[in-house]
Amino acid sequence: MEILVCVKRVPDTAENEIEVNKDGTDIERDDLVYSVNEWDNYAAEEAIQIRDNVGGTVTVLSVGGEDAEEVVRREMAMGADQGILLSDEAFTGSDGRGISEIIKAEVEKGKYDLILTGAQADDGAGQIGGMLAALLDWPYASLVNLIEIIDESKIKVGREIAGGNQEMSEIDLPCVLSIQTGINEPRYVGIRGIRKVASMEIPVHGTGDLSLSPDVIGKSGAKVKRLDYFVHDPGEGADILEGSIDEILDKLVEILKTKGGIK
Amino acid sequence: MAQTVFTYILHKDGKIDDTAFELISAAKKILPDAPVIAIAVGSGSELEAACNELSASYPEIWKIDDEALSYPNAEIIRGLLPRIIPQGSIVLVPHEHFGMDLSPGLSIKLDTSFLPDAVDFQGMEDGKLKAIREEYSGQVSTHVLCDIAQGSVITIRPGVFKADESKGESGTVVDKTADALKEGLPGQSRRFLEVVEAEVGDVDITKSEILISVGRGIEDEENLEMVNELAETMGGDVSCSRPIVDAKWMEKSRQVGTSGQTVKPKVYLALGISGSFQHMGGVKGAPYVIAVNKNPKAPIFQQADVGVVADILEFIPMLTDKVKEIKG
Ligand SMILES: Cc1cc2nc3c(=O)[nH]c(=O)nc-3n(C[C@H](O)[C@H](O)[C@H](O)COP(=O)(O)OP(=O)(O)OC[C@H]3O[C@@H](n4cnc5c(N)ncnc54)[C@H](O)[C@@H]3O)c2cc1C
Repeated sequence: MEILVCVKRVPDTAENEIEVNKDGTDIERDDLVYSVNEWDNYAAEEAIQIRDNVGGTVTVLSVGGEDAEEVVRREMAMGADQGILLSDEAFTGSDGRGISEIIKAEVEKGKYDLILTGAQADDGAGQIGGMLAALLDWPYASLVNLIEIIDESKIKVGREIAGGNQEMSEIDLPCVLSIQTGINEPRYVGIRGIRKVASMEIPVHGTGDLSLSPDVIGKSGAKVKRLDYFVHDPGEGADILEGSIDEILDKLVEILKTKGGIK
Repeated sequence: MAQTVFTYILHKDGKIDDTAFELISAAKKILPDAPVIAIAVGSGSELEAACNELSASYPEIWKIDDEALSYPNAEIIRGLLPRIIPQGSIVLVPHEHFGMDLSPGLSIKLDTSFLPDAVDFQGMEDGKLKAIREEYSGQVSTHVLCDIAQGSVITIRPGVFKADESKGESGTVVDKTADALKEGLPGQSRRFLEVVEAEVGDVDITKSEILISVGRGIEDEENLEMVNELAETMGGDVSCSRPIVDAKWMEKSRQVGTSGQTVKPKVYLALGISGSFQHMGGVKGAPYVIAVNKNPKAPIFQQADVGVVADILEFIPMLTDKVKEIKG
């Protein structure tokens, strides 16, 4: 099976406190730790496991700046066979549709049976997989937490729905799936693994390599544009307990008692 | 050029979801004067019951009624809607597991802009819709401008817009089934099989009065021991956020949130949980929420009643000791 996995390099929210910069044009990027988007890492692991079971190749793709190469390489260290970086000045400012058009142009150059994306990334939009599928006219399923290969033409997928229930469907290949966390246990990637793939070449494709209409990519093609970043005014947020640790503990236990938090 | 706003109605067993009323408020905030039409897809008596209920709140309801639509398969519905929705319309869909499945692709099929997970609207600016979204699990917000001139598909975060409960309508139900199915049933490449119900766990956290809920901040599986001890001391049960279940440290039945359990405790103590809307979406019944987090800017502090800025790995054992002390 030929599998393509789309990954994004994002600030690691488990490692960073995200703050808005002084003039609200961006988040504070100094000292940020970046990593592969959590959901995408599950997608890459799933692709690798499928390949190990039924054969084929796993290609990892990222749209982004030069820095995005590091997450592609990381997923190659995990076990993906090859990587592609889609990078071009002209891609900057693309909205979700633009990014999906760029990926579609690359997909059409290859031959894939299955495309996996993460269910969402740092902006919480969850849009690339669904848009890509619609652009390709392939079937789509989101929030996938189970994949079973039936044969060369179809697979069985489980989607996570409300209440922890699981919606099972059969879906024809080729298709696009967005992967939910928890579908597998992504393997650990150490420095040594990264070193092993350090010299593997990752081709960079830009507008010159892809057949793309300029109307839909970049800032000028974007129908959805971010104006600024700001910190939401909490209004009446939590009453933050202050004082020495003993004072805080006393207050908290008092509150617990009155609110029925201690039985 | 009057644009119509369509709202996609979620319903189950003949009952419509609360989001059906929230979308009315959202629609009014986007285009105050636009007509708002509900779209309800389903089959038979369940759909009829849903439409009846809708008619109290919507002046017009479009229904697509077919046996094959009794379970909402987004792949099919994504094929049907463009056959009935006029070009240039605004389509609002709840941002939850079905809406996330349907909407991005629907925007492509309708050739409109796509605005995901909107939490507020601030009118029009330069002819574009100004909206508020959140990024980085709610740690920062953004203003976005969305071009809606040629239509738009917008997903609306559940629970943030006030439900329109006015119920002053006596809406008409328009049957769009024939138009929608004229060219046959689309989306056959994805075939619904069944829903597998979540496993029931050892403890039913939906019945717990005191929940000690732990998130990624606990860092290590071994550290769960101290959480168990605190819960035991307080006389409560342990629940958790999703990353704890993803890591297989706790059973899925202990997960609180939109894809886990909906809990209604009296007291909810959130330890090392950032407060994402998918997590807090499972905390209902207005419990007293206490949050302990080392990041003073964590979004959970916007939703909690009381907060403590502390490292939970140090704080939990101290709290346990304190509770033991007063219990004597
Ligand atoms: C469709 C969908 C459905 C989802 N459903 C659910 C759901 O049902 N339930 C759910 O929980 N999530 C759900 N999620 C995931 C959700 O978006 C968040 O990713 C998740 O809730 C984050 O969990 P968390 O708060 O434990 O982790 P994080 O967001 O990583 O937060 C960890 C917090 O711990 C704090 N912290 C770290 N170390 C310490 C320390 N030593 N002391 C004190 N504080 C510390 C950090 O400051 C941070 O605020 C869903 C996501 C999607 C896309």
